[in-house]
Amino acid sequence: MLKKNKRNANQTTSKALIGFEFEKPVSELEGKIRELKEFSVKEGIDMSSEIKSLEEKLVSKKCDVYNNLTPWQRIQIARHPNRPYTLDYINMIMDDFRELHGDRRFAEDPAIVAGMAVIDGRRIMVIGHQKGRDVKERTFRRFGMPNPEGYRKAIRIMKLAERFNIPIITFIDTPGAFPGVGAEERGQAESIASNLEEMSLLTVPVIAIVIGEGGSGGALGIGVGNRVLILEYAYYSVISPEGCAAILWKDGGKASLAADALKLTGNDLLKLGVVDDIVPEPMGGAHNDVEQMALNLHKAIIKELDSFEGMSKEEIVNSRYDRFRKLGVVNEV
Amino acid sequence: MSLFGRPKYSKILIKKKDIPQGLWEKCKSCQEIIHKTQLEENLMTCPKCNFLYPLSSAKRIASLIEEGTFVELDKTMRSADPLEFLDSKPYSIRQEQTIKKTGLNDAVITGTGKINSLPVALGVMDFDFMGGSMGSVVGEKITRLIEHAIEKSLPVIIVSASGGARMQESTLSLMQMAKTSAALGRLRMKNLPFISVLTNPTTGGTTASFASLGDVIIAEPKALIGFAGPRVIQQTIKQELPDGFQRSEFLLDHGLIDMIVERKDIKETIHFTLDFFMSGKKKSSDNGNGKGELRELVGAHALV
Ligand SMILES: [Zn+2]
Repeated sequence: MLKKNKRNANQTTSKALIGFEFEKPVSELEGKIRELKEFSVKEGIDMSSEIKSLEEKLVSKKCDVYNNLTPWQRIQIARHPNRPYTLDYINMIMDDFRELHGDRRFAEDPAIVAGMAVIDGRRIMVIGHQKGRDVKERTFRRFGMPNPEGYRKAIRIMKLAERFNIPIITFIDTPGAFPGVGAEERGQAESIASNLEEMSLLTVPVIAIVIGEGGSGGALGIGVGNRVLILEYAYYSVISPEGCAAILWKDGGKASLAADALKLTGNDLLKLGVVDDIVPEPMGGAHNDVEQMALNLHKAIIKELDSFEGMSKEEIVNSRYDRFRKLGVVNEV
Repeated sequence: MSLFGRPKYSKILIKKKDIPQGLWEKCKSCQEIIHKTQLEENLMTCPKCNFLYPLSSAKRIASLIEEGTFVELDKTMRSADPLEFLDSKPYSIRQEQTIKKTGLNDAVITGTGKINSLPVALGVMDFDFMGGSMGSVVGEKITRLIEHAIEKSLPVIIVSASGGARMQESTLSLMQMAKTSAALGRLRMKNLPFISVLTNPTTGGTTASFASLGDVIIAEPKALIGFAGPRVIQQTIKQELPDGFQRSEFLLDHGLIDMIVERKDIKETIHFTLDFFMSGKKKSSDNGNGKGELRELVGAHALV
């Protein structure tokens, strides 16, 4: 079911090439262990007990660091350049995938990929934001920030899936919809708004999964799911913490404060009802063990697909409406 | 009909030095001296250059709805500060101060009333209340308005003036975009018209949800309308923005809105449009475009 040897060619294989400041205690310990091992081999001295004790220390240090991450640190992980993207997951989880292109109106938008896929023998339609791995691909994918054509392609393919009773999986991973002149000229706002309305009426199950960055309306534009899941270190927010800090604190550098205030982590979102479940990640983030992450995601998707067995079209539409209908908290005096 | 009371000074000859302070103003667009009362009588439109000043939600409602017919819905609803959001001051305090300052409970007023003799459901946003931003209250009131319209078979009109989703309620604000848009989907399934009126400014999450979903979209002249703010776009593309970018006229040129209508003519335009669509409504309940069955089901569900 999981294709271990079919990883995206762009996926960097070396781990922890990019370490964060908060990971320093971990990498320092890892360095010490490595040195000790080398020394022990070179000098022929048995140091296994020292190494063992350091390795135990490493495990507890990792727990200590990764279980106490601040929201801002989690965002760093969600934006990690080695983090798996939509096509990485598709390649690892799906048995088959044929990409479909174009909005049939103006252009193909590579910031959103979509296509026919098979998972565990079941047909699904997959749609997701796609970021690029290297400089060239990043530019090509517009850093995962779609133009209106991306949203229009997405809804075209969702409606196609609806006609043939095929469930829809969306992978959300975008800093936001692209802020550009052309995007505005061609109705960026309208393309997102239409998707919100049209997705709410789809008669097939929609499972939306935030795999990295859930950047505002640009994320929600493919996010109106019957079920909305989020990966453990992914985030979902109305505005980037940097943008929020620039407006409310008048200082983009206060992003970490804004990240706290915005309640954008999986646990916060679960409490608010914005997401329905959290998909666990390997210690320190998906990039540390991509295969384990793919297994976790595969399991979550199958579980969700199973939950729609026997549901009528009406139940699917109405339960999705009710899911979003109840979101929000107000006081009525 | 005089909406805002008789002009008090129009029959008195005033020497310039006798003018009480603040009664005359320099138009910030054409620099001409204009009379405040005249400005108000003119729906906050400069009588010299037609520059549009912001119109409060109360005055907007008075400009559209027959006197004595407006029944406000969910009047007392306020934000509950679900995130206990704190920036330079707590959101709850910011909100209290804004309520005191504006006399409004949040950034939208909703209700039913009549345009001429036509019953409508109307929502009017107010930019004075935290930049007309949409949080839980705006989303909930608009959704209830639309559901009420579905129940009573009323057309919906929403006049937008909004900077977008309210940051202080984060993802809950974001979710209001989906909630309001889904409600409009149900309105559409019931074949009830929705007229969206865009005023200066309408941006961000408001434009990317209900405001862009009008069956007919009307904009006031020269209103700033868009998804991303011009500054954000400029910082991203690092180029000069085209002349008139994201203004109503630009949107009309690019096929994004139906028409630009002067403020004083909006009521008549809405009335014509609604009358045009609604006068054939009685016999059109069955339709044969494939989603008819769903239409019934969704409609029935919405009534529960
Ligand atoms: Zn003027």
